[in-house]
Amino acid sequence: MRGLIALASGLLFGFGLLISGMANPAKVLGFLDLAGAWDPSLALVMAGAIGVAFLPMQWIQRRGTTLRGEQAQLPASRTIDRRLVLGSLLFGAGWGVAGFCPGPALVAASALIPQALLLVAAMLLGMWLFALYDRRVKA
Amino acid sequence: MNIDWAAFTPLSALLGGALIGAAAALLMLFNGRIAGISGLVGRLLTPQAGNGEALLFVLGLLLAPWIYLAVAGEISVQVEAGPLALIVGGLLVGFGSRLGSGCTSGHGVCGLSRLSPRSLVATLSFMGAGFVTVFVLRHLLGV
Repeated sequence: MRGLIALASGLLFGFGLLISGMANPAKVLGFLDLAGAWDPSLALVMAGAIGVAFLPMQWIQRRGTTLRGEQAQLPASRTIDRRLVLGSLLFGAGWGVAGFCPGPALVAASALIPQALLLVAAMLLGMWLFALYDRRVKA
Repeated sequence: MNIDWAAFTPLSALLGGALIGAAAALLMLFNGRIAGISGLVGRLLTPQAGNGEALLFVLGLLLAPWIYLAVAGEISVQVEAGPLALIVGGLLVGFGSRLGSGCTSGHGVCGLSRLSPRSLVATLSFMGAGFVTVFVLRHLLGV
């Protein structure tokens, strides 16, 4: 059951990225380019996503358990630290350089778009380097 | 501000966004997990409990373009970035999203829906950095 839900969620997520235009870097960069010909579409992607997710998220956050009565795994950290801000700034810069964030990059790479395959290889390397760095810092 | 009305696609943006929100809601309602792509992919790099579920989510994500292609006939992915930008962009996205504990999905969609102050700070940071990076590249350096 858990596996089936995870698979269905991944599929729906991917369809959403493709239908919304998030999976198209030209459209993403059109949104991030405030000083150029600005395409506001991606603001509506966020609005649509949060509009649907808001009540279910609030509900589970309040009850603490899922509909199947299991403990929900909600992020425990509440501290706003340098890692959070610096990491997000680096991620945002990378997003602005190529127009890909992780979900759309995986979707486009699966469709065998050559540039997306290169970006995903670099992204996985970046994640692996982070795992090495994190292990050293926490050791 | 100069809005590009020809490129603006409000209906597909809202519909696609709603599907993303529904996917995140589904995973939280039944599995109690945050649909954060960088977190789910990142954890797969280290063997640990709960990875089967993360793997199936990613599998669904990877299957989506193939089903979409079969139904819609084509997918629109236009990439202007050259090899160097793709490598630098990928490294920054991978390292940064893990250091910051999330990306557009985990912080942007799930975190903001949970009204998490951490996710609000993260979202403002990566959106801000994205706006500044595109401004510098397109309008100052003319790349």
